[in-house]
Amino acid sequence: MSYIEVKNLNKNFIAKNGSVEAIKDLNLSIEKRDIFGVIGLSGAGKSTFVRCLNLLEKPTSGEILIDGVDIQSLKGKDLRFKRQKIGMIFQNFNLLEQRSVLANVCFPMEIQHVPASERKEKALELLRRVGLEDKAKAYPSQLSGGQKQRVAIARVLASDPDIILCDEATSALDPQTTQTILALLKDIHDTSDITVVIITHEMKVISQICSKVAVLDKGVLKETGSVDEVFNNPTSAATKRLLLIKNTEEQSEEIEENAEKAGEEEEINA
Amino acid sequence: MHDLLIALQAFYEEYGVLLLEGIRDTLYMTLLSTFFGYIIGLPMGIVLTLTDKEGISPNRIIYTILDVIINITRSIPFLILLILLVPVTKALVGKSYGSTATIVPLTVAAAPLIARMVESSLKEVNKGVIEAATSMGASKFRIIINVLLGEAKTSLVVGTTIVLGTVLGYSAMAGVVGGGGLGDIAIRYGYYRFETGITLITVIFIVAIVQILQGLGMLVAKKSDHRRT
Ligand SMILES: Nc1ncnc2c1ncn2[C@@H]1O[C@H](COP(=O)(O)OP(=O)(O)O)[C@@H](O)[C@H]1O
Ligand SMILES: [Mg+2]
Repeated sequence: MSYIEVKNLNKNFIAKNGSVEAIKDLNLSIEKRDIFGVIGLSGAGKSTFVRCLNLLEKPTSGEILIDGVDIQSLKGKDLRFKRQKIGMIFQNFNLLEQRSVLANVCFPMEIQHVPASERKEKALELLRRVGLEDKAKAYPSQLSGGQKQRVAIARVLASDPDIILCDEATSALDPQTTQTILALLKDIHDTSDITVVIITHEMKVISQICSKVAVLDKGVLKETGSVDEVFNNPTSAATKRLLLIKNTEEQSEEIEENAEKAGEEEEINA
Repeated sequence: MHDLLIALQAFYEEYGVLLLEGIRDTLYMTLLSTFFGYIIGLPMGIVLTLTDKEGISPNRIIYTILDVIINITRSIPFLILLILLVPVTKALVGKSYGSTATIVPLTVAAAPLIARMVESSLKEVNKGVIEAATSMGASKFRIIINVLLGEAKTSLVVGTTIVLGTVLGYSAMAGVVGGGGLGDIAIRYGYYRFETGITLITVIFIVAIVQILQGLGMLVAKKSDHRRT
């Protein structure tokens, strides 16, 4: 059995203008230590899917097994305990604004009743790990987006998680910062037993660090497999569309770069 | 110059103790009523936030009951509330006039105002942060203490200064029925004895107290806020 098994997952939202089927009959397996990417256009149901994995969203029907445990059977304390082992990183970082960086990293350990002295020591060590030891006393409002995400990563690691869920973790960051955050996630993965699930609408993110990928379109899983397989031989229209978007983006970037170069040359010639 | 000093000296001898006692009674009523108001209003505000349909424990029945109670109490003018509560005040304090007795209606008026203030402060807290805490396995109690109250603290302090100003205003109104404090003095001397000077001075004191409380509140709020650099 796989580490994470999703069986016949459905999630409907009751909205003002009727019901929205955000996830339709989704079946998916994620192995331990995978860096598993889920890609799709905005509104494809990616966030809904990942939020079902830690029950931030309650599935309408279907089963989610994590390490053999049906997470929907967990209630109260047991669910909270399970959640402590499933870290989550968000697009908007979601740090406590009124707490220092150090206190933010300590927060999950407070939840787990780790003694105060141990908390501080471990938090400082984790801040070193993400390269922010000099920002321990700073507040989130004093940090850049990339630094905030590093704090969020340190905070997630404070729980010694088995799984890290990333919902568009790099979508609010510039390309260069995205690279460094992805490299950090990759490094964390490579030096631990952590299974990483990455939600993104960006092909680049998937091809940079994921081992496997699932393509989601309008709540339906279109295809899944190793990143090479899926990207080299796309079988679904949805995947082809995503690849097309990626290629046009790269081309337009090239065109822009060339235009800039041409402009510079003109200036020099003038 | 000398004459002025003598006049001031005479004024102080006649009214000094009275005014000082007035200030003391006003502060006593305002601070204690606000304190008791928070004992009732803070939990109410928290429950309103939790049970709201967007809250972490939506419960329409509890929310509606609290909402209606608060709306009713908030819509009764303070003087009428004070008169309506006379039997309750007598039962609790033994009399219905004087500053200690006035604390009862002041608390009843402050609590729903505080509940609303707290509710609006807590609802400003970023939903994403609450969600992050949930994803870390935080209990609801911890979310209330560390996330809702912790993140809203600046707004809660600002709310408290507004409440203090309002309660102080109400305490002065209570002067009409012998409620004690500066408002009482203003009415006894200014309205019944036509000593406009003393009324003016009590007004100056009331304004000064409100200003000081406001200033202190804003200072505390600013010092405690880490959201901006
Ligand atoms: N709380 C909600 N209430 C109603 N509809 C929702 C809610 N959350 C998501 N949806 C809808 O579900 C669909 C999938 O949303 P989402 O999972 O956020 O997509 P993605 O993360 O891929 O952009 C969208 O149509 C969205 O409007
Ligand atoms: Mg999303």
